[in-house]
Amino acid sequence: MESRLKQVLAMNLAAVFARAGVRVKASFRESSWVIGETIFPFLSMSAFVLVYRGLHAPREYEGFVVLGGAMIAYWNNVIWGMASQFFWEREQGQLQLYLITPVSRMSILIGMALGGIAMTTTRAAAILIGGMLLFHVELPLSRALPAFGLFLLTLGAAYSLGMILSSLFLLWGREVWHTATILQEPIYLFSGFYFPVSAMGAAVAIAGSILPVTLGLDGIRQVFYGKAAHGLLPLAWIPPIQVALTLVFLLVASVMLRYMENLGKHEGRLTVRGD
Amino acid sequence: MDLTVQRGECFGLLGPNGAGKSTLIKILTTLLLPTSGRALVTGYDVATEPFQVRRRINLVSGGDSSGYGVLTVRETLHLFSQFYGVSGPVARRRADELMGVTGLAEKADQKLSSLSTGMRQKLNFARGFMSDPEVIFLDEPTLGLDVEASRDVRGFVARWVRERPDRTVLLTTHYMVEADELCGRVAIIDHGRILALDTPTALKRMLPEEPVFEFQVSATGQDLEGLREIQGVRSMSHHAHPATGAVELKVVVEEDDVIGEVLGRLKGLDRSVLNVTKMEPTLETVFIHHVGRGLADEEAEDGDGV
Repeated sequence: MESRLKQVLAMNLAAVFARAGVRVKASFRESSWVIGETIFPFLSMSAFVLVYRGLHAPREYEGFVVLGGAMIAYWNNVIWGMASQFFWEREQGQLQLYLITPVSRMSILIGMALGGIAMTTTRAAAILIGGMLLFHVELPLSRALPAFGLFLLTLGAAYSLGMILSSLFLLWGREVWHTATILQEPIYLFSGFYFPVSAMGAAVAIAGSILPVTLGLDGIRQVFYGKAAHGLLPLAWIPPIQVALTLVFLLVASVMLRYMENLGKHEGRLTVRGD
Repeated sequence: MDLTVQRGECFGLLGPNGAGKSTLIKILTTLLLPTSGRALVTGYDVATEPFQVRRRINLVSGGDSSGYGVLTVRETLHLFSQFYGVSGPVARRRADELMGVTGLAEKADQKLSSLSTGMRQKLNFARGFMSDPEVIFLDEPTLGLDVEASRDVRGFVARWVRERPDRTVLLTTHYMVEADELCGRVAIIDHGRILALDTPTALKRMLPEEPVFEFQVSATGQDLEGLREIQGVRSMSHHAHPATGAVELKVVVEEDDVIGEVLGRLKGLDRSVLNVTKMEPTLETVFIHHVGRGLADEEAEDGDGV
């Protein structure tokens, strides 16, 4: 019994690494992705930095923008690399190859998430370092460790949300393209990627906080810049909220996956393309 | 449908479009739930023990390709082996062997994005065998492959079954030759019902002693469907020959004499008869006998769609 359990765990772990490996390899082999995910966000970020500079805003605001620019890379990956992925897999006729394997679907999703994080980290780091070097943005390195801890919690919650969305996107079918777009540009606004989210007013900002990147970014800015970050919630509240969001999202993702699979097995939706 | 496939068999499922072949395979591979009844694979219920079933099976759907353009052939085979718990050394050995027999060895380190469609299909075929499954489901495995590649694939399946007598193959195909060559037993199904089930030889032997004639007629002229109305014509099928452009027409008649009437009607339809042959029974004639039409007819009709 114990050896059987070990065997299942080993198989699922191998599946996680194998699926993550696809993304890690892809990140070094697709130069067009580097342009789309690094250069373009960097240009948007630069525009906001120059606006703040032109308005003689406090230097912290330039730091807010650089941190937001780095976080955008992860959010884009959650939308296009996690949420949409099962849909694209089905369109390519590949989803059924995953579904007939004996590994847990969560292992495949976790592999996609870890691979996506690894792939995006190179882009996010390029944006962060590029912003610091080009615009001389200062991030107090003495606070890097707690900021990194909060950043990891944020990624956990954001990618768990991506797991939920992957099932939903599969069910929504061809509307996926519009859904992904809706979750992209408006979220840049409501998550305060380029400004403190509290500027939106408490009601809107708290509503936007259902997205882990909103609170995570707000918390990281508070870690680095203290009161100058105009934080939405007290910093101490944010880590437990992110942990809670991660647990809830993972649970919902697991339920959604089962629901999606059962629905697909009843209606044949998992193998029929272009519905 | 009540069907038992024994361990170690290579079993063929033949049927027209909509007969239920692919639905049956999707049920057996746990992708669909049966609306009623029960299906067991290697003794496990597909509805209540799907993970037990999945550990023991794999699926190749012809016309599909697997993997990601950024990965190489070798990496793709390794990727899919990891979902079945195949250890690294075993996966490498199997990948080398499968790349060898499918003609992919020279492309081992090429990215999938640079492969032709045929090569990607061969890779998909090799992928299905990476887990060395107890039961492999081959759903039209040579669909879209060229003649040589199809022959390689058939040769591989025949060898795989021969070398592993405890492994089972369930094959659906549009190519009767394929079923005749590979399968120990064949079931002809339509609308979810089994019309005939036996070895290819026995099925051919069971055919009534009705003569089957094959005509080659000119492509131009009036519709051939009217031939069905001739008294003494049991069934017929026709399709355009891809190489010559002429129409191949197979007619099952009650007696040889009926053929005179067929020839006369063809003349009336402005069809020149280029050749006439009396055929020995094949799986195709068995199929036409049971279903009332040939598989080639369906492909021709499908081709008319938009």
